[in-house]
Amino acid sequence: MTAATTQQPPVSRDPMVPRPFRVVASHLDTDDTVTLSLEPMGSDPLVFAPGQFTMLHAFGVGEVPISICGDPTRPDPLMHTIRDVGNVTHALVSAEVGAVVGVRGPYGTGWRPGDGVGGDLLMVAGGIGLAPLRPALLEVASRRDEYDRVVLLYGARSPADILFEDDLRRWADECRIEVAVTVDYAPPEWDGRVGPVTTLVGRAGFDPPRTLALVCGPEIMMTLTANALLGRGVAPHRMRLSMERNMKCGAGLCGHCQLREFFLCVDGPVLPYSQLAPLLDVREL
Amino acid sequence: MAEKSILDLCGLQGLIDALQGRGYAVLGPTVRDGAIVISEISTLDDLPRGVADEQDAGHYRLRERGDEALFGYAAPVQSAKPVFFPADEMLWRGRRGPEGGFTVEPAQPQPSPVALLGLRSCDLAALSVHDTVLTSRGLVDARYAARRADTFIVAVTCADPAGTCFCASMGTGPRPLAGYDIALTELLETEHRFLAEAGSPVGEDLLAELPPRAVTSDDTAAADDVVRTATARMGRVLRTDDMPEMLYAQARSPHWDEVAERCLACTNCTMVCPTCFCTTVEDVSDLSGDVDERHRVWDSCFSQEYSQLHTNFVRASTGARYRQWVTHKLAAWIDQFGTSGCVGCGRCITWCPAAIDITAEVDALRAASQQTAGGQHAQHH
Amino acid sequence: MRSITELLHDSPFFAGLPDPVLEQLAGCARTARFAEGQMLFSAGQPANDFYLVRHGRVAIELHNPSRGTITLDTVHDGDVVGWSWLVPPYLWTFDARAAADTSAVEFDGACLRGKCDADPALGYALMRRVSHVMYERLQAARVQMLDMYGAPM
Ligand SMILES: Cc1cc2nc3c(=O)[nH]c(=O)nc-3n(C[C@H](O)[C@H](O)[C@H](O)COP(=O)(O)OP(=O)(O)OC[C@H]3O[C@@H](n4cnc5c(N)ncnc54)[C@H](O)[C@@H]3O)c2cc1C
Ligand code: SF4
Ligand code: SF4
Ligand code: FES
Repeated sequence: MTAATTQQPPVSRDPMVPRPFRVVASHLDTDDTVTLSLEPMGSDPLVFAPGQFTMLHAFGVGEVPISICGDPTRPDPLMHTIRDVGNVTHALVSAEVGAVVGVRGPYGTGWRPGDGVGGDLLMVAGGIGLAPLRPALLEVASRRDEYDRVVLLYGARSPADILFEDDLRRWADECRIEVAVTVDYAPPEWDGRVGPVTTLVGRAGFDPPRTLALVCGPEIMMTLTANALLGRGVAPHRMRLSMERNMKCGAGLCGHCQLREFFLCVDGPVLPYSQLAPLLDVREL
Repeated sequence: MAEKSILDLCGLQGLIDALQGRGYAVLGPTVRDGAIVISEISTLDDLPRGVADEQDAGHYRLRERGDEALFGYAAPVQSAKPVFFPADEMLWRGRRGPEGGFTVEPAQPQPSPVALLGLRSCDLAALSVHDTVLTSRGLVDARYAARRADTFIVAVTCADPAGTCFCASMGTGPRPLAGYDIALTELLETEHRFLAEAGSPVGEDLLAELPPRAVTSDDTAAADDVVRTATARMGRVLRTDDMPEMLYAQARSPHWDEVAERCLACTNCTMVCPTCFCTTVEDVSDLSGDVDERHRVWDSCFSQEYSQLHTNFVRASTGARYRQWVTHKLAAWIDQFGTSGCVGCGRCITWCPAAIDITAEVDALRAASQQTAGGQHAQHH
Repeated sequence: MRSITELLHDSPFFAGLPDPVLEQLAGCARTARFAEGQMLFSAGQPANDFYLVRHGRVAIELHNPSRGTITLDTVHDGDVVGWSWLVPPYLWTFDARAAADTSAVEFDGACLRGKCDADPALGYALMRRVSHVMYERLQAARVQMLDMYGAPM
């Protein structure tokens, strides 16, 4: 019996049911940030594009969106760098090796660094925002010759909060990526830069009209960076930002992540600044 | 072939029986606690015979019609939304296993097929909106899709719209347009009967099972008359030709805060709206903590936690939340789904404890936008 | 040895000013070297100078009895440092320490003020540049104050 009603919606796999993954490694990056390596239990590795995220579920606690931070060409184990800021993230960073977490995804749009091939690629990261950019950096490092200048500007709160120091060194020393790190506050023994990451934009070595800029960090950091990039002459549609909003599904179904016409979990999180600028200017949109 | 037919009261009961005979659970309007609600029915006696509703901003009351009409009222308290999209449903159950592990058992509802009798054209349009939102894009709400599969719809022309109705402005009524299996128009003059029109092969099939009675030109003329009168009596009007731009341009209007002074952020409007689809997810653990149920529950953009980021709320003010609601419904929805998110059912107006009226607020915003536009215009000369 | 005028000509801060103006400014300047750890100036001391960093790194520091010394800002090749010579009471508000061996051009603030007063066109050209840098530093300070990556409040 089939009733020909409005439409026959397709019956398919439920996007709200997670797959179990086992924690195979847990690395303490800083005093509040942990990188978890996860292996699927009886299912395929989760193939992803740089910039995409998953919904990570901690048993009995809840579920949150977390970007994938590993190498897109080696999705097994699946890596997430998580900062302990509340209930669910606390449960996740506390997960011990052997524990099981639920994974849904991958979701959202990616950075698509390849759109910058043939020109300069600039990445600007603030705080935990380096984690979502890491897959793009790994991809670019493996195809370094396809780009002209590749620049990473990274701002952290203090020297103790700097993530992925080994990567930063390797990218700079072996991959011809110009890496500039700055911190907002430092003890006197810090021999690097002090000042917000936005101050690095002014003199960084990239050619604005030929640059694709990928920006990730707190919203205020991203809008200030976009302003600084505008000042240097990078076109708004050549800047991409990764947006954070409350997300309950990741699948375009729960409504929470809406920013006017965008479902940031599906249309984003990565969107061109040309589309975001008019929306970010309006308070509480 | 029975594309059109006339059913008398007996024929209508025959329709219900035939649906039940085919294994459908038949849901239709019925009176409960002084309101019309959608519930399981089996005989014509379950329908609200001779009952009309009075609806206005913040006002709902049933009254006697003084006739025998079975469908002589406007939008029931809830649309068919909860039938396919329950306010609370379990997604999956997790059980803690050894060594920090857990297993996931997806909830698999095995819904029996539903027949909706007497669905209003606004609610029929809302169903199609929900189909688009929940099943037409990349990822599909699997439980909704399962419940929606094999639905049989007997829609009805709205003969007596309420003061809060504006489906005519939204192009969604009062006559059912598409997406039904059978559409009825109730005719009361001279003889109580229903013009039944099939909208699908299954609908035709079913009509063919009922005692045939030819449709006369008098019947069709009477039905057209019902539509004409109802359209003329629509209580409210909403202009939509300048959407989405008009509302987008009013994002900074002080009018949102003006509404916020009256709005209680009670979420009623979103709960009764047939197209609102926002949900959140909750964990329900048993006392041992070994079993954890994930539930999907209705949520509302009027609640504070809806936009939570840490201890901050993106839409902390009620004005921002009212703006989200109206802008999503009437503007962003068009960009997202190609249709308006409002079908003109008027429920949000009726059930607002502060009597806030979406049609009036949109008019006020438009008036403000024209003033600013006019002001700028003047400056150029 | 390159002349001070040449050094100014090549610096991002003074770039674009006509040579006669640069020569006038150079009249108030001399080159200076600071070994790593040496102070350029200290909070509370009379502020007479203004520096253009040629090579090296200068840390702007604040010493606070309860938090110890923290670095608020660092100044690098081509940057300028020191505003207190412009505003009464002409006293430094922070410490500036060479965080690496640093070469700089050091200007005499009183001399600069004198030239600006005598030649308003020169004064305006210089103040435009100074206010641009001050604006950027103020922005930076505000952003730092946000503690963007700090514990979510
Ligand atoms: C697309 C995307 C990618 C992200 N990637 C990372 C990542 O790689 N690493 C990382 O550490 N964090 C990431 N976050 C932020 C992370 O989702 C939040 O820190 C997390 O939701 C906080 O949940 P909680 O229960 O621990 O905190 P609580 O403060 O208890 O959370 C309260 C509520 O607010 C929501 N919430 C709080 N902060 C955020 C936030 N920043 N973004 C969205 N929702 C929030 C929570 O989901 C929850 O609903 C990402 C967020 C998004 C949207
Ligand atoms: S917004 Fe109001 S009138 Fe429009 S569909 Fe929703 S409840 Fe009905
Ligand atoms: S109006 Fe609000 S509750 Fe309704 S669908 Fe839109 S965001 Fe969700
Ligand atoms: S997170 Fe649910 S719709 Fe985007």
